[in-house]
Amino acid sequence: MSHLSQRPTDPIVGESHHHESAFGHVTGAALYTDDLVGRLAGVLHAFPVQSTQAHAKLRKVDIEPAYQVPGVVRVITAADIPGVNDQGVKHDEPMLPVDEVMFYGQPIAWVLGDNLEAAKAGAASVVVEYETLPSLVTVREAIEAESFHGIQPVIDKGDATGAFADAAHVFEGEFEFAGQEHFYLETQASLAHVDESGQVFVQCSTQHPTETQDIVSHVLGVPAHEVTVQCLRMGGGFGGKEMQPHGYAALAALGAKLTGRPVRLRLNRTLDITMTGKRHGFHSSWKIGFTAEGKILALDATLTADGGWSLDLSEPVLTRAMCHIDNAYWVPNIRVAGRIAKCNKTSQTAFRGFGGPQGMLVMEDILGRVAPKLGLSARELRRRNFYTAGQDTPYYQPVRHPERMEAAWDQVVSTAEVEAREAEIDRFNAGSENVKRGLALTPVKFGISFNLTAFNQGGALVLVYKDGSVLVTHGGTEMGQGLHMKMLQVAATTLGVPLSTVRLAPTRTDKVPNTSATAASSGTDLNGGAVKDACEQILGRLTQVAAGILGAPAHEVSVTRGIVSALSSKKTITWEELINAAYFQRIQLSASGFYRTEGLHWDLSIMTGEPFKYFAYGVAASEVEVNRFDGSYRLRRVDIVHDVGDSLSPLIDLGQIEGGFVQGAGWLTLEDLRWDESDKPSRGRLATQAASTYKIPSFSEAPEVFNVSLLDKAHEEGAVYGSKAVGEPPLMLAFSVREALRAAVAAFGSETFGVHGPSVELASPATPEAVFWAIESVRPPVIGDAAASGDAAAATAAEGLSVPS
Amino acid sequence: MSAPATQRSTAQVCVNSDVHEFDGPPHTNALDFLRGVGLTAAKEGCAEGECGACAIMVARPDADGSTRWTSINSCLLPAAALDGQEVITAEGLADDESVHPVQEEMAVRGGSQCGYCTPGFICSMAAEYYRPERADDAAEATADADHHCGPNGFDIHSLSGNLCRCTGYRPIRDAAYALGQPEPGDTIAARTEKPAPASASTDIYRPDTATGETGRFRRPSTLAEALDILASEPEVLVVAGATDWGVEVNIKGARAKSMLAIDRLPELRGIRRTPEYIELGAAHTLSELERELAGSIPLLGKLIPQFASRLIRNAATIGGNLGTGSPIGDTPPALLALDAQLVLTSAMGSRVVELAEYFTGYRQTVREAGELITAIRIPLPLAPMTSFQKIAKRRFDDISSVAIGYAVTVDDGIVTKARLGLGGVAATPLRATATEAQLEGSPWTLETIHGAAETLAAEGTPMDDHRASAKYRTAMLRSSLERFYAEQEAGR
Repeated sequence: MSHLSQRPTDPIVGESHHHESAFGHVTGAALYTDDLVGRLAGVLHAFPVQSTQAHAKLRKVDIEPAYQVPGVVRVITAADIPGVNDQGVKHDEPMLPVDEVMFYGQPIAWVLGDNLEAAKAGAASVVVEYETLPSLVTVREAIEAESFHGIQPVIDKGDATGAFADAAHVFEGEFEFAGQEHFYLETQASLAHVDESGQVFVQCSTQHPTETQDIVSHVLGVPAHEVTVQCLRMGGGFGGKEMQPHGYAALAALGAKLTGRPVRLRLNRTLDITMTGKRHGFHSSWKIGFTAEGKILALDATLTADGGWSLDLSEPVLTRAMCHIDNAYWVPNIRVAGRIAKCNKTSQTAFRGFGGPQGMLVMEDILGRVAPKLGLSARELRRRNFYTAGQDTPYYQPVRHPERMEAAWDQVVSTAEVEAREAEIDRFNAGSENVKRGLALTPVKFGISFNLTAFNQGGALVLVYKDGSVLVTHGGTEMGQGLHMKMLQVAATTLGVPLSTVRLAPTRTDKVPNTSATAASSGTDLNGGAVKDACEQILGRLTQVAAGILGAPAHEVSVTRGIVSALSSKKTITWEELINAAYFQRIQLSASGFYRTEGLHWDLSIMTGEPFKYFAYGVAASEVEVNRFDGSYRLRRVDIVHDVGDSLSPLIDLGQIEGGFVQGAGWLTLEDLRWDESDKPSRGRLATQAASTYKIPSFSEAPEVFNVSLLDKAHEEGAVYGSKAVGEPPLMLAFSVREALRAAVAAFGSETFGVHGPSVELASPATPEAVFWAIESVRPPVIGDAAASGDAAAATAAEGLSVPS
Repeated sequence: MSAPATQRSTAQVCVNSDVHEFDGPPHTNALDFLRGVGLTAAKEGCAEGECGACAIMVARPDADGSTRWTSINSCLLPAAALDGQEVITAEGLADDESVHPVQEEMAVRGGSQCGYCTPGFICSMAAEYYRPERADDAAEATADADHHCGPNGFDIHSLSGNLCRCTGYRPIRDAAYALGQPEPGDTIAARTEKPAPASASTDIYRPDTATGETGRFRRPSTLAEALDILASEPEVLVVAGATDWGVEVNIKGARAKSMLAIDRLPELRGIRRTPEYIELGAAHTLSELERELAGSIPLLGKLIPQFASRLIRNAATIGGNLGTGSPIGDTPPALLALDAQLVLTSAMGSRVVELAEYFTGYRQTVREAGELITAIRIPLPLAPMTSFQKIAKRRFDDISSVAIGYAVTVDDGIVTKARLGLGGVAATPLRATATEAQLEGSPWTLETIHGAAETLAAEGTPMDDHRASAKYRTAMLRSSLERFYAEQEAGR
């Protein structure tokens, strides 16, 4: 065991605790950024003027009418920005447009009013004249127009071209799949004010306070030390608050600077959906070769990420997608080309998994489609291609602990009684004409660490007060994932004090500087390492003090749950007594901790290296029931075994696994982003811009039976107290739902397709409509359906009158 | 007949036992009012009654004269509509010493992650916790897929209007099913034994000088008074639950100069049974109908659980769902199948209109400016074979792409009467009259069904939108009869 991963006796890590703010959540006492507005006087409210064109030159923006609206105090345009007009890090994302709008809904100007009603009325009165420019709305349009931006990396290992010649089976295909709206329940929110010395204080719902600070400071043209960003907590982030909050925080800060009054900027749901980035949809084309035994021999794929109007995080998202196309499978010869489509949509961004899910989805879709053509069950095909010891990834990183994936797989097969249930499902399907069931298992292997090595650092500040109470601040943000509780447990474990002795303070850039985003599932690894480091520094000093009091050598001193003892001493003292003594001995009772993940390297130019500290593994088995009349389905049962290392906090890890799974299932089945692709003036408008049209999973989509276990014997040497990251990997367990739908659809196929059924192509998201058409594509024609051919249906559609809803 | 209410400029609302005065702009919803007085537990997640983060509990009168704690979306309710009412928010469920059992279970079981949706869940759960029938439901708890009742009688569908993006719902379900019954001495439970606040006769007028917005909110105490107002001010905006209007206000910026709330009018309430028909008061909420009909109109019993969410059903009225004239409302397809009639009443008197003749165009109806829908009549006898097919992306709390109501009578193997109501396939809800004609007189066989499928597929003029393609909508019509047939045969 490494020093980092080893646990002391009777540790507090490993205990189950509810979320650190749980009682604040249930009583409403826990405050979010926008809950603070009523605590300030004279707050101004911001509302945007949004573009009504997908792509246009701005010929005129007349803001004068807004000043005629009672209550309007200030209108902000690009001309008001004293510093750099850029809200991203690639210098391609003006915070406010100068002369060109790039997507429908883009903010052109912001109106500040005494109340929101005035700001809205002011925004509505601003006159914008456009000169329409040609626009690209879909990824296919962008590909045809060869509209790309950013890097075009290539993974090239072995000899993919040559290997196809040796393959017993070669298949080719294309697959395009949709992105996903974050739909954090709390929309983007910032509240800024300027203090008596001109320093800007921004309360912001952000996953990346340091970058929010950076962008506020460069927009204002002031040094970073004049800007403080605080994040109390977020009402969900999921990646959507990694880059997206910065521009809004900067606007609020600019407004506060210009007016001297506090400025509140909260996007309502419509603004949030129409303005902020989403998970990237992708287009993929692929060619895969198998041996006669069904082993993957070669893969050649091109991934095109639907990046939207600016780069944002599209480059690292693409890179991670390419690094995950192998998922759990050994691909000896592989070539993957990646590119980012530039088109007139919101700028797509981080979303739980950060490209990983998209890369893996391509592989899982291929395997699901080709298994019947190989004469194998999809379960057998997947299992047969797992990594084994000694193999390495397409980017040459050795795959450590592949046996854990096998163990998880075998555990699911046995505890979920997969073989018996497959037989039961076959019996059920044989006797059920209109409703069929399907069961599928899929694995997850997900690399943990930021691909970019520099981001893998964390910081913490630990303060011990004279009464023994401990205050911890760290660089991570709390968005519901339970990071703060884990940090409390790490601090209490390292110091040897009860959990109640430690308190957490909100994340602030003037406490811990230069932090990385709370992202890439790395919050616990990075900040936990830093908290542990700070606590160890303090404990190291205290041990000397304790040794003196106890009359024992320092290396014998231990502190456990607030009691200080030493092996060779009968005397014990309390933590509080020790701290009191240390203070009077003038011992420093605070420390700032730091952590960097060791052993990482990555060369983006050739896409090789060891970018990941370790891999997180998991396996899920899902069973669905599909109705052929409308393609609707139910998720009957889900069984998961997931690898979180030695769990720091099992209740919290369980919550991450379950929640990630359901969110992934939402992406793959229900959540349906529809953009106006027509040539009407509304071209480029997001049609599903509200909770009533963009549906996320509700109770009815949660699995009816949901069994989740943590993988045993999963100690991870390379992470704090032997744990593993858990934020993102479980999302991809939801591939099992999609593959189960494919299996159920196949069961509607006629027997002529053979024992493994037809090869089924399934759209993503697999909405009931998509499932319905998939069933129709494999179902043998029956009496009465003669006229149900596509032609007749299309004719009806073409004659249909327009009916607004 | 009582005198019209005295005009005032503010409303008085009792929130968590404290009286607060509402003096905001006229269009203010209850959520913004509560947050404005510092009660920030209720949150805005969507502003259209879809996510439930804004849920609160209000004291509503129950059929037996007691009070029922009723969860609603505060984002859709005009603040003025709470005049004289009692409200509990998540803040009001805990006191200095202890938290409410609902809060305790949610906290310790991991029912909150980010916590933003949690206060709304707490209010929905607490209302269900106090549901008087829950103890009886516990005794006969079942756990079939479409009526999830926990061993404690907790109806999980009471949470169908609350969205959580973090947990995947399992711990919330566990928390709900772990709840016991209210303890003796529970003051919130004790409150239910007394009558709810009377429906205040309200006339609140508070023009907003800053924006120039004028706004008057009136809640008359009698139908006659309401009809007088309607006769003299035909442009007054009638609200009967405001779940549709609230969306217009929040999302589309709609503003009303003058509003008339009719959802508590005594004349619009009650269920009357005659030998010829069952008459439903138009101001019944969907939840009240569900309880009070108790399955006595089976087609409505199938429809109502699929109508939006419990939070919406607690506020939305059946009359309101017809009053909007929407082509995708869920009640019209079922009511068309039932041959329902509407009683339209004005100061001049009442008339009865067939629902099939009520809709004239997109959100257009035969209802005239001075008229209110006062009742819905369901003719007797009821057809023995009924079904409600709702096609949507999400199984519950979604807007239908296509909805089809069936009421069919078969005598001696021959279809003697067939009524099919359709929603989502034209600018108005409509009856599938060609299909009905083809079915009537034909034998109840799969052959008949297959023969009529193409006729049904050609009814309506479906279109492409973000909910579904026209092709899919047509396919749903085509497969519908076979599905109905399969259901009926399976049920024999």
